[in-house]
Amino acid sequence: MSWLRASLGALAAVPVLALLLFGMGRDPRAIESPLPGRPAPDFTLARLDGTPTRGPWADAGGADAPDSFHLRADSGDVVVLNFFASWCVACRAEHGPLGTAAERYAGEGLKVYGIAYQDRPEDALRWIRGMGGQSYPALLDPGSRTAIEYGLWGVPETFFLDRQGRVAYKHVGPVYPELLETRIGALLRGEAAPEDGGATSSPGWQRGGEAPGATPELGVP
Amino acid sequence: MTGPAARPLVAVLALACAAPAVAAFALAGAAPVVAAVAPAEQAEALPDSLIEARTHEIAAGLRCVVCQGLSIEDSPAELAREMRAIVREQVAAGRTRAEIEAYFVDRYGEFVLLEPRAEGFNLLVYALPVGALAFGALFVAAFVRRWSGPEEAGAGSAAPWDGHDDGRAG
Repeated sequence: MSWLRASLGALAAVPVLALLLFGMGRDPRAIESPLPGRPAPDFTLARLDGTPTRGPWADAGGADAPDSFHLRADSGDVVVLNFFASWCVACRAEHGPLGTAAERYAGEGLKVYGIAYQDRPEDALRWIRGMGGQSYPALLDPGSRTAIEYGLWGVPETFFLDRQGRVAYKHVGPVYPELLETRIGALLRGEAAPEDGGATSSPGWQRGGEAPGATPELGVP
Repeated sequence: MTGPAARPLVAVLALACAAPAVAAFALAGAAPVVAAVAPAEQAEALPDSLIEARTHEIAAGLRCVVCQGLSIEDSPAELAREMRAIVREQVAAGRTRAEIEAYFVDRYGEFVLLEPRAEGFNLLVYALPVGALAFGALFVAAFVRRWSGPEEAGAGSAAPWDGHDDGRAG
């Protein structure tokens, strides 16, 4: 019976089509980060010495040792951790908005930290100077240990920590004023972060976030 | 009508259907299936060569996150080097392969494993190629049977399947 055979064939195609359809509904470049919702990994990092600072952070040091910073979950502050690098082009665009947000919300309990990723201290320092200084401290991450603790794929990536010290949100790529306002505003008010597909990451090659000197292993699509 | 000229064509078609399955199977099989490292007896002073060997073995199964499809063992990138250093440290501290992989999965998600874990939804990746291969074999077998059949059976109304299962295409 040809109709029987035809319908059997069609039936066999259903699971294949369903699988393809399922695949099409996903963004193959989005990789979910397991971090959001978890306590932020602890770290103690050295300050980038001689960072020219301005604004409320001019004498930032606080209760911590002046030349290092230890992330404390019980500080009750909203913390923004921004991984940057002097060799990262996209980082230039977000530097201004980050500084503005750091100054604007400093009185409401926001702390912003830049963490230099795979960078020499002198290069990072020169970069910050070239950007006109910054209103928040920059930290050094030798051996990329902290970057790996945060599951970093590349730079720039920014983590928003709530007042309880949990990672509330991770942003891949340069941050911009509207995003900073909504995320930081919500966290300062103690609201849950607005739900969207924000908790995802994508490998560094898709935004050119590779260290200079590293050999590109394969052709970029 | 379906003379000898048409048969090779059908054969080619059947092979073309089976080829992707074979290729997928070969690829899946090519990934190094390394047995889990025996748990370190005790942390006390593993010989350097053993630490080195285990580090290589574990690093070969972890994805370099700034590369494309490369393990941190094979990648010259700085981040890969630093991840290898972490693997080495943890091996030296007597942690097992499963523990070290869990450490990275915890931070980067399961994508960091070059070889997906054979559980849950991932099982499809392992089962589908085998299934497709079996399906292709049946398909070819059915055709081979049909070709050799009609000579005696005339109009071909004889059942193409008669229970023999020796018709696997060579």
